[in-house]
Amino acid sequence: MSTFNPHSEDEIVEIVQWALSEQAPIEIIGQGSKRELGRPLQTEHTIALSTYSGVTLYEPDELVLAAKAGTPVAELEALLAASGQAFQFEPMDYGPLLGRAAGQGSLGGLLTTNLCGPRRLKAGSARDHVLGVRVVSGRGELFKSGGRVVKNVTGYDLSKGMAHSWGTLGVATEITFKVLPKPEAETTLVLRGLADDEAARAMAIAMGSSGEVASAAHLPGNVASRVIGGTLQGEASTLLRLEGFAPSVADRAEMLKKLLASAGTVDTLSEDISRNLWREIRDVIPFADGTERPVWRVSMAPMEAYKLVASLRMGAAVDAFYDWQGGLIWLRMEGDPEAEAVRALVAKYGGGHATLVRASVALRAALPVFEPQPAPLAALSKRLKQQFDPSGIFNPGRMVAGV
Amino acid sequence: MPGLVMPKADEATMSRRAAIVAALQAIVPGEGVVDATNEMRVFESDALTAYHQLPLVVVLPQTVAQVSLILKYCYENNVKVVPRGSGTSLSGGALPLEDAVLLVMTRFNRILEIDYPNRAAVVQPGVTNLGITKAVEHEGFYYAPDPSSQIACSIGGNVAENSGGVHCLKYGLTANNVLGLEMVLITGEVIRLGGKHLDSEGYDFLGLMTGSEGLLGVVTEVTVRILQKPTTARALMVGFPTSEQAGQCVAEIIAAGIIPGGMEMMDRPAIHAAEDFVHAGYPLDVEALLIIELDGPAVEVDHLITMVEAIGRKNGATTCVISQSEEERMAFWAGRKAAFPAVGRISPDYLCMDGTIPRKELPKVLAGMRELSEKYGLRVANVFHAGDGNLHPLILYDANIPDELHKAESFGADILRLCVKVGGVLTGEHGVGVEKRDLMPEMFNEIDLNQQIRVKCAFDERHLLNPGKVFPQLHRCAELGRMHVHRGKVPFPDIPRF
Repeated sequence: MSTFNPHSEDEIVEIVQWALSEQAPIEIIGQGSKRELGRPLQTEHTIALSTYSGVTLYEPDELVLAAKAGTPVAELEALLAASGQAFQFEPMDYGPLLGRAAGQGSLGGLLTTNLCGPRRLKAGSARDHVLGVRVVSGRGELFKSGGRVVKNVTGYDLSKGMAHSWGTLGVATEITFKVLPKPEAETTLVLRGLADDEAARAMAIAMGSSGEVASAAHLPGNVASRVIGGTLQGEASTLLRLEGFAPSVADRAEMLKKLLASAGTVDTLSEDISRNLWREIRDVIPFADGTERPVWRVSMAPMEAYKLVASLRMGAAVDAFYDWQGGLIWLRMEGDPEAEAVRALVAKYGGGHATLVRASVALRAALPVFEPQPAPLAALSKRLKQQFDPSGIFNPGRMVAGV
Repeated sequence: MPGLVMPKADEATMSRRAAIVAALQAIVPGEGVVDATNEMRVFESDALTAYHQLPLVVVLPQTVAQVSLILKYCYENNVKVVPRGSGTSLSGGALPLEDAVLLVMTRFNRILEIDYPNRAAVVQPGVTNLGITKAVEHEGFYYAPDPSSQIACSIGGNVAENSGGVHCLKYGLTANNVLGLEMVLITGEVIRLGGKHLDSEGYDFLGLMTGSEGLLGVVTEVTVRILQKPTTARALMVGFPTSEQAGQCVAEIIAAGIIPGGMEMMDRPAIHAAEDFVHAGYPLDVEALLIIELDGPAVEVDHLITMVEAIGRKNGATTCVISQSEEERMAFWAGRKAAFPAVGRISPDYLCMDGTIPRKELPKVLAGMRELSEKYGLRVANVFHAGDGNLHPLILYDANIPDELHKAESFGADILRLCVKVGGVLTGEHGVGVEKRDLMPEMFNEIDLNQQIRVKCAFDERHLLNPGKVFPQLHRCAELGRMHVHRGKVPFPDIPRF
């Protein structure tokens, strides 16, 4: 059992070539912050990229940042904040949900798990902001794709190809991202006491308005009590985040209050509370309970998602809250993960995907963690894996057996 | 691109033409198959008009089942296929091949569903880009990416090229606005990627498909994000004595956290050509002109206009006019939007290039272009998506002068080499196609290119879809699949392992 700690791209290439010659499967990690997510691996060897760390390019005026894959995301966020900038896609931190410390993730994992946050609706996810990658393939070859400019259609976008590949296609060694200035002001409007379906309609009205809502979430009563120190007082809360220049935020807040007047009184949260609230929603703090109780992350059409929760509640004890205008459900099960029921309901209500983001090792080994794909798509996934990693040495079976 | 060489036509396929036509007619009855030379003429070129080629036969299917059967037939019979939407590619992406079926998707022209609460529209690929906006604008919505050909270009083509446009600085490219696809693989298999929900359950095939230039599959349905139209839009016209000052102004606007709806730059030759043509009121005594549009709630737009004006003045603007009416805003844009035809008036022909550079390199690249202009004895005018560094140099030439097209192409290639040299790329939004195909090695080495071709191999291992585009050389997939593994020893015996 070996753990390799490379310090250069050449060393990464050498390790991969050695693993190839031994036909030895190898796990790719940064600091291992998301090891409890995905199908469990049983590889003898590990590449830990935390030693391959550091910023290689940061030009605030050009809104571009490049760093080695092992660079901690927290370090990059601090660097960006010092220039008033940020990753606009607001990458979540799985640490608290998975029972680990916060701030352990690194840049490579951010891309290969395609992280994002509550601003997903407006700002996209990691895949929408990556500009370029350098990667060591499963053939032991270093290749690059993309570049450092925003607008680029030169060849296939392999940078996006690496997004959500969970380390099964290659070892990303260096990644370039677009960054943006942080919004000057922020506030959150709170609608009280709405049922899930009413909340979905209210969020759709807000998102379809000219209010430029950056994030829209709904916390049912029992979840609302578990964020920002209980400030929301355990009453169902539908949350609309507004960001931008101060005069614009104030103007849009007034417009939305009028627009949503029929849904009852609208409260306003101060900037600091708003920032903390969305960070807690981003990191699924209501379910960060130190247990292994199964948690699902389900992505569906916003106006369908609440129907899944309502149907599921008829047969099982579940705790749920919604982000992304209702289209992202975080679902904690009291007992059994009910995988078949969850996925049957996803299919019934317009399709989407359900990922079992937290569960015991036994469950993750026994159940499909990622949404199973129809046969032609599953076959295409296998062929893509084969083209990047023909010997199957990288994170074998992390996503699906055989990939 | 001088001396473009396309893959050698396969005699065996050509000799089977009658059988292929008959097979296609059996799949798409009636007028869906075009095989008469005079009727195929209209398809022999796309918007890269310097090149034309009659296809083997043209087929215009109307259903997904027909597309599936056509591709399956071509796969089983080893016949090449070139997909085509509206034919507005500026890089020759839809240039036919003598031995290939031209698969034209224009009859897929229906809007299937508009879903306002989920802010999505489901459309067939032949629907035009502007057609989507037209279908939703009565509810105050629109589809954000707006390539300049939006009145004609199809959404399927936009997916193939990852089209941008003036608004993509703020609202993203096609890749950021497409939620889902239905597509047919060369085997005839139909797959669905994404939908009204966000992000992928597995590999990001949506990301790989967008901008793949018709080499991976044929899109038969597209789900796009629709957005509420901004309530207000106002524009500023800001002129500078030097391009350096204009470039610095752009950098400071963005650094201040302002992302304009559009931010365009024109250089002196482009300003003059446009002003002579449409009389937009552009200042003629400046070296660089910025058109900056701010959109959003009125309060925000007014706030930002003041900020932008101050940044412009600080950087030495000699002209700064703020639109006071919708007519005035449209007048500012009229010159920019007419820049291409305006250049067409002062030159018999022009080539439109499409490199992207880091913004700070603009003065260096413009100076380089002036030198090249002298070297080649050809004029060049520049319009530039200033916010994202996407240059559109227009090289003026006369196709009737022997060898001048060749000279213009060499000039264009040198400009793109310069873009790559300063950290930029060959194409920002027009695609590689055949136009920039042979320049790919300027940006990518053999390993980089081979890995891209391996993606192609996962989708289309026989290289039947749109061959001769994007890649200067298509290696056989079997060849690329070979592994040369050297028996290695355990690396770095001296480093800690656990």
